[in-house]
Amino acid sequence: MKKLDRKQIAARLARDIPDGAYVNLGIGLPTLVAEHLPKDREIVLHSENGVLGIGPRPAKGMEDGDLVNAGKQPVTLLAGGAFFHHADSFGMIRGRHLDYCVLGAFQVSVAGDLANWHTGAPDAIPAVGGAMDLAAGAKHVLVMMEHLTKDGKSKIVERCTYPLTGARCVNRIYTDLAVIDVKADGLHVVEIVGGLSFEELQRLTGVALKYREPVAQ
Amino acid sequence: MIDKFIATAQAALADVPDGATVMIGGFGGAGMPSELIDALIARGAKQLTVVSNNAGSADAGLAALIAAKCVRKIICSFPRQTDSWHFDKAYRAGELELELVPQGTLAERIRAAGAGIGAFYTPTAFGTKLAEGKETRRIGERDYVLEYPIHADYALIKADRADRWGNLTYRMTARNFGPIMAAAAQCTVAQVRETVPLGALDPEAVVTPGIFVQRVVRIAPLRKAA
Repeated sequence: MKKLDRKQIAARLARDIPDGAYVNLGIGLPTLVAEHLPKDREIVLHSENGVLGIGPRPAKGMEDGDLVNAGKQPVTLLAGGAFFHHADSFGMIRGRHLDYCVLGAFQVSVAGDLANWHTGAPDAIPAVGGAMDLAAGAKHVLVMMEHLTKDGKSKIVERCTYPLTGARCVNRIYTDLAVIDVKADGLHVVEIVGGLSFEELQRLTGVALKYREPVAQ
Repeated sequence: MIDKFIATAQAALADVPDGATVMIGGFGGAGMPSELIDALIARGAKQLTVVSNNAGSADAGLAALIAAKCVRKIICSFPRQTDSWHFDKAYRAGELELELVPQGTLAERIRAAGAGIGAFYTPTAFGTKLAEGKETRRIGERDYVLEYPIHADYALIKADRADRWGNLTYRMTARNFGPIMAAAAQCTVAQVRETVPLGALDPEAVVTPGIFVQRVVRIAPLRKAA
């Protein structure tokens, strides 16, 4: 079994974003998805700080401090891009205009609860940003994360032990081991990384997974 | 005659009292009214409540305001940065109260204040720690949290161009919180790159009409080193 690396998870996720979609990529790992979006599709990237139509990273020396994304990194604007203020930007999110958002996660529960903003540690400084708005507002909430924690525990859990970002909000999970849909009747495995059996994935994940073996052609 | 131009940032903030609620625009460096914040520090008002998306980074701007012990409480969505050491220190020492608000709820609470809305229901944060103790309601198929507006005594924002009536244009993502903070404060002070004669701004391009702006200070941009 060969786990996907971060770029491969991003590339796998990017394949599922359809032509014409309006998409918000969360800060951190999800930002990688931008570099893997299929070139033959027009996909409009949104950022919380008031921009639609984000283009590639600017060349060295071409950065403009007034043109940044939600991670405060310099970006460029595509032809057709637009600027707007923060309340309009979150109106787009909350008002269900955004087709997809991609978020990182500490934990996702069987019910689709998402925990990604706070470890709950008493001395931690909490910071939530736009994560709760995205979780509550986007039409499809996609999570991108490593399947296991550094000490080998599943990040897909029966119940989140970390504080929630949103309840019952996640639609699909992309990890280095599998793609999993969150549905009303539980977790459905869509794909497993090559060389890993469903039984092994089930053992690593801990919570009950459903899987229909692909029929050999 | 209306003339909202003020000669210096210091003069524009000379009446900020102790205990004032001050909104500060900007998202990271974009739209951050740095020179106005410097003038606020020089003014020396204490026990301020600051409303801003972040809680300062490195040693300048809002971070310097916190380091100068001018801030009693901060209402923001994302205080933690790799370089938010002044906030981190004051927060851990218990010198600073934090009200953490999801970014969209922060924006809408500011917008609501400027628009005369008494309160609103939002789906954001329902079922989370940040909704604990708040009134909730099921409307149709969804659960919502009741949120109240955030009013301010002052808003410090950065725009691009202004005329003497206080009409403002912005530059790219530096717009962010500027327009909604301008409407939510009793006294909005805008620092701008350029001031222009009345009639020089395309009325179709004005983002913040002058009715929301009380004072305008031109801050010439620093010339970049060659």
